[in-house]
Amino acid sequence: MSFASTQFLAFFAALFLLYYAIPRRHQWKLLLAGSLFFYWFAGWWCLIYIGVTTVTTYLAGRKIAALAASQEEWLKAHRDELSKEERKARKAKDKSVRFRWMLGCLLVNFGILAVVKYANFVLGNVSALTVFFGGQPIPSLSLVLPMGISFYTFQAMGYLIDVYWGKCRAERNLGRFALFVTFFPQLIQGPISRFGELSRTLCGEHPWDSRQIAMGAERVLWGLAKKLIVADRLAIPLRALVSDPERYTGVYVLAVVFLYAVQLYADFTGGIDITIGAAQMLGVKVTENFQRPFFSKSAAEYWRRWHITMGTWFRDYLFYPMSVSRPILKLHQKCRNRFGRFGKHVGVHTCSIILWFVTGLWHGASWNFIVWGLLNGMVIIVSQELEPLYARFHARFPSLKGSRGWDLVQVARTFWLMGIIRVLDVYRDVPLTFRQLGTVFTALRPQTLWDGSFLELGIGAGDWLVAAAGAGAMLVCSLLGRREPVRVRLTRDHPQLAWGGCVLLALLTLVFGVYGIGFDATQFIYNQF
Amino acid sequence: MRKKICAAALWCAVFAVGFGLLNALFIPKYMSEIPEGALIAEYYKEEAGHDVVFIGDCEVYENFSPDVLWREYGIPSYIRGSAQQLIWQSYYLMEETLKYETPKVMVFNVLSMKYGEPQSEAYNRLNLDGMRLSPQKLAAVRASMTEEESLLSYLFPLLRYHSRWNELGGEDVKYLFRRDMVSDSGYLMNVQVRPAEDVPQGRPLADYSFDPVCWDYLDKMADLCQEHGVQLVLVKAPSLYPYWYGQWEEQIEDYAARRGLEYLNFLELTQEAGLDFSADTYDNGLHLNLYGAEKLSRWFGAWLSEHCPVEDRRGQQPFEDIWSEKSAAYAARKARLEAEWNAREGA
Repeated sequence: MSFASTQFLAFFAALFLLYYAIPRRHQWKLLLAGSLFFYWFAGWWCLIYIGVTTVTTYLAGRKIAALAASQEEWLKAHRDELSKEERKARKAKDKSVRFRWMLGCLLVNFGILAVVKYANFVLGNVSALTVFFGGQPIPSLSLVLPMGISFYTFQAMGYLIDVYWGKCRAERNLGRFALFVTFFPQLIQGPISRFGELSRTLCGEHPWDSRQIAMGAERVLWGLAKKLIVADRLAIPLRALVSDPERYTGVYVLAVVFLYAVQLYADFTGGIDITIGAAQMLGVKVTENFQRPFFSKSAAEYWRRWHITMGTWFRDYLFYPMSVSRPILKLHQKCRNRFGRFGKHVGVHTCSIILWFVTGLWHGASWNFIVWGLLNGMVIIVSQELEPLYARFHARFPSLKGSRGWDLVQVARTFWLMGIIRVLDVYRDVPLTFRQLGTVFTALRPQTLWDGSFLELGIGAGDWLVAAAGAGAMLVCSLLGRREPVRVRLTRDHPQLAWGGCVLLALLTLVFGVYGIGFDATQFIYNQF
Repeated sequence: MRKKICAAALWCAVFAVGFGLLNALFIPKYMSEIPEGALIAEYYKEEAGHDVVFIGDCEVYENFSPDVLWREYGIPSYIRGSAQQLIWQSYYLMEETLKYETPKVMVFNVLSMKYGEPQSEAYNRLNLDGMRLSPQKLAAVRASMTEEESLLSYLFPLLRYHSRWNELGGEDVKYLFRRDMVSDSGYLMNVQVRPAEDVPQGRPLADYSFDPVCWDYLDKMADLCQEHGVQLVLVKAPSLYPYWYGQWEEQIEDYAARRGLEYLNFLELTQEAGLDFSADTYDNGLHLNLYGAEKLSRWFGAWLSEHCPVEDRRGQQPFEDIWSEKSAAYAARKARLEAEWNAREGA
């Protein structure tokens, strides 16, 4: 059930009305039933996967919490009988028991994810190697990826690690925990919520709040407009451009870089707007996932502002623990002793490379995503290593730093750099992507931009204008919404204007949206993860 | 609080009005192109009842002239025909027609028995968009939808036609709230002449039996007519193709005999009707032109007067006034089309 479908709108409308009609103490139960129905709609068998993750994580979380409580109690009771060393040893032993429970659960759930998402990728590579050495090809497995498995697995595992670290309490009620894992608005494409944040409002009682409901509905509408008017319209020429790479080279590749950036942004942020808006209409606060990422001045800043919850997940649960792990500390020590100040970053850069390798792999089971991840990591590492050079440059030209012109240069540089790396998402394989990028230098043909060739990519001049107007509106809203989103300000200061804007936006989306017969509206890009 | 509710209601009303206007603007008007699309909706403008109502596909709206039936036999009639009308669409149109009037005779063209499942969205639209919202329309839509269609888009045509935003023209504005008549009592006039030559024979089929769904709907039609005291007459129009197989003919003959229905296959009556396929067709034998339709209607009018409970209503009010106006419009259209055709031929 895509967010941009009449089925979803009907489902949500029915759920919404029922939600505020039933006694408030039962609201979360209805949400759970709705979430399970939503997930069942993608295939009943998907419920088995999400059910296993929910139950194993719940049980492991409860066990870890129970162990921690009993161990603490035991230590309290025997405090006077044990020496400091004995207490320390006991604590370490207790921790290792809890760790084993956590590890077991992580292995089960990441194991499921690995099998369904990556088994065929591994088999494909092994098969290619076998064939290369004269062996027989290995047949691939017939596996179907359950909807949103990467999102809910990461969310559930984040909870488990937090329970292990004692950062959040273990949920006692299986139903409430199941709602945290399956909460339908964020099941399709995130964000990856933390238990500590989401559970505050998820299972609470929510009275009718006109303002919150109106704000949520506005956000849903804005998300639908972005998705249907801009993202799905640009998907048509993009599909044409990447499906025939031999024909579309040179300036067309630059167009792919630019168009895919706008398309993906409209698609992904549109989906997140619908998620957050729908949750807000139900009184649930979901974490923001974007913070005007295309205004970033560096790759590292970009990744702090794009798909924020994924970035922070990897940072908190992979990067930080890895940075203080024994092997990395050892490596750090060794390199610092051997290479002096040049070696002091080896440990952290190794962690970065691993982090970006995993991030790439999370996005998809293909070499494209792995190379994409590694390139992102390398850009960030190189930027960090070049910091002294930048400092010297700014010392030489002090007026540049902080000037609007230089800010613009940095923003444009980051936009294009990230865009160039991002096209690995869209081309068939890695060598082809680099060949295509190479044609920008060998066969640019800029006249293609104005000789009418772009009108033969599946959409006409009118559609290009509509897409440009939609993207322009997004840009203006981003520019004006630096401190506070435009719609929030409008609703507060000029409510009638906000109403009028919503009516206009709804009608514009109905007219200019790409949907229905004649259009092959694409699924939200992040569904596949 | 009350102020807020009022504001919300006001803006909802603004949205509803805007949405309604957009629906009216975007739906194709079928005035200058594909007039077949405007046929179904024209029925609702009819002022008086009819003694004979034709139901079916292009083989009815191109081959029978209600004007001849009136002028020569005093039979008020109407054709509820539309392009590639499928049998379930015919059934629901019949049911809907019976809500508005109870004619003496319903004439159904049996060619659509060959289609046992929805064919194309484009034809569905030509058939269903013009129907007024009613349980019959909803049932017809449900029965007709191809996999990619949605019921909602029939209720709110903007959801289907919104992609026309870059092809909207003066016609869409001009006919926002009204339509011109494209037919004469459902008859779509064509005066061109293109003789039928080398009519292809039908290729052998693996299975000549009609789909059970079609039989079900034919049964329902017969039951419905019986229930309302309407005589159902089955016809096969004299179109040379799509090819009408002997095996199909036998099945229809058997059915008509079993249900006690009249059945006329005009392909076997072309000589009696005086049809000449070198002059009486505008598209090489697929459909009759005006002259062929008038000949066929003359013959059929005589048959109706003889075999069905219809009376000569000439001189009766309000029929006389209505039909004299209709005849004048028919004559004017005929003169205009003939002048256009002659000018084209002369050039």
